[in-house]
Amino acid sequence: MAEAEESPGDPGTASPRPLFAGLSDISISQDIPVEGEITIPMRSRIREFDSSTLNESVRNTIMRDLKAVGKKFMHVLYPRKSNTLLRDWDLWGPLILCVTLALMLQRDSADSEKDGGPQFAEVFVIVRFGAVTITLNSKLLGGNISFFQSLCVLGYCILPLTVAMLICRLVLLADPGPVNFMVRLFVVIVMFAWSIVASTAFLADSQPPNRRALAVYPVFLFYFVISWMILTFTPQ
Amino acid sequence: MASADELTFHEFEEATNLLADTPDAATTSRSDQLTPQGHVAVAVGSGGSYGAEDEVEEESDKAALLQEQQQQQQPGFWTFSYYQSFFDVDTSQVLDRIKGSLLPRPGHNFVRHHLRNRPDLYGPFWICATLAFVLAVTGNLTLVLAQRRDPSIHYSPQFHKVTVAGISIYCYAWLVPLALWGFLRWRKGVQERMGPYTFLETVCIYGYSLFVFIPMVLWLIPVPWLQWLFGALALGLSAAGLVFTLWPVVREDTRLVATVLLSVVVLLHALLAMGCKLYFFQSLPPENVAPPPQITSLPSNIALSPTLPQSLAPS
Repeated sequence: MAEAEESPGDPGTASPRPLFAGLSDISISQDIPVEGEITIPMRSRIREFDSSTLNESVRNTIMRDLKAVGKKFMHVLYPRKSNTLLRDWDLWGPLILCVTLALMLQRDSADSEKDGGPQFAEVFVIVRFGAVTITLNSKLLGGNISFFQSLCVLGYCILPLTVAMLICRLVLLADPGPVNFMVRLFVVIVMFAWSIVASTAFLADSQPPNRRALAVYPVFLFYFVISWMILTFTPQ
Repeated sequence: MASADELTFHEFEEATNLLADTPDAATTSRSDQLTPQGHVAVAVGSGGSYGAEDEVEEESDKAALLQEQQQQQQPGFWTFSYYQSFFDVDTSQVLDRIKGSLLPRPGHNFVRHHLRNRPDLYGPFWICATLAFVLAVTGNLTLVLAQRRDPSIHYSPQFHKVTVAGISIYCYAWLVPLALWGFLRWRKGVQERMGPYTFLETVCIYGYSLFVFIPMVLWLIPVPWLQWLFGALALGLSAAGLVFTLWPVVREDTRLVATVLLSVVVLLHALLAMGCKLYFFQSLPPENVAPPPQITSLPSNIALSPTLPQSLAPS
């Protein structure tokens, strides 16, 4: 039998041989080299980035996280409709704020057990479980925000109230009296309104419009309770 | 041509065989869809050669679809969407339900008219939370106002009241409906009358009826007869709401059971109102032996409420 030397696509032959008969005989491994280098330009840079976070100094790691937390504090203090708080959520800020607030709000151990302000654990539990409950509520109502994003926003928006607590403690160093109380009341009300505005700016868009009030009301209740705890704080 | 005749004859036989084998299948589906035309439909079914087969197939498809739909409508209680179905309310619906509980009318069943068989958990949960915090805050404010009138009273933010308020309100709003629902179901088993409310509807009834106590911040006004007036008004409204809602379910039962049940419901509600008033709005702090004259008109029957701490001594 003659070798099938002719090319498969050759229409000129009148022989009744079926087309592509000789294709199986063609081997390309010796004729055409199929090797080379496929370079992806980004690859080396990614490797550099990975190894750099492992090899960097501890100070760099901590400063990076602290800068992220600080940037989010700025976003809370000047609330605009930006997505940074939602996109790069972290829970360091809420933890720092919650612990600071609970430390400042706890009563002295010299007080009797029944009377007096909240313990550290009570404040911590109220803040954390309150945030979790509000997040669950907003998700159950059909919001399209993720669990941790919502926790992050609610936690960061306690910042104005923590500032109010600091101011109240400073004001309480002066003489107690109605003026003292009025100043504290004013500061707490302003910071409460600031917290509500900040958190609503981030959270309200995630709900369908006919349920927005249902999702915002628990946030209002949450910050109201924290404001009340701050306002009724009396040092012993 | 002979083969074609034989083929048609075969199909006709197959159709009649199918109908004979599965008489229920074809006849019931047709009778469901076209109610009076039962026999005509069967004739139509048997006349068309592939009619019967297709109907049987369609039916099994429909049955499978219905089963799927039923399964989709009832997700398991371990899935998130099961609980999401209880929060399927809009702001306007919640406000409407609150208004319905504030203004009860005799013929107006709260469950049928306002809930429309779609109970929600948002209302009861957040109304209870709001009520617990409002009670704690106003209890604290009572102490502050008393201190202003009499500087000898030692003021301190009493945070344990929040815990007590929360636990007692939530227990009342969830355990009492549980008991009521269980009792009604037991009576339904005995009497076999109209269906009682589901557990969630009972929780909704109780939850929304507690809303009327939230404006009881007005109890801060230190005028005793005004306080009692407000208390009676709030208790009357919410108890009336409960009674009007429960009456249609209970009236088919025997007179004795109905009256006992309704009076127990009203009594528990009254106990809750009294307990709240006495515990949270009592301006007599425990250390103060000589109360100022404006506050002595408050009743000193403290033993009525079981939630009081041991340290409060009757004055």
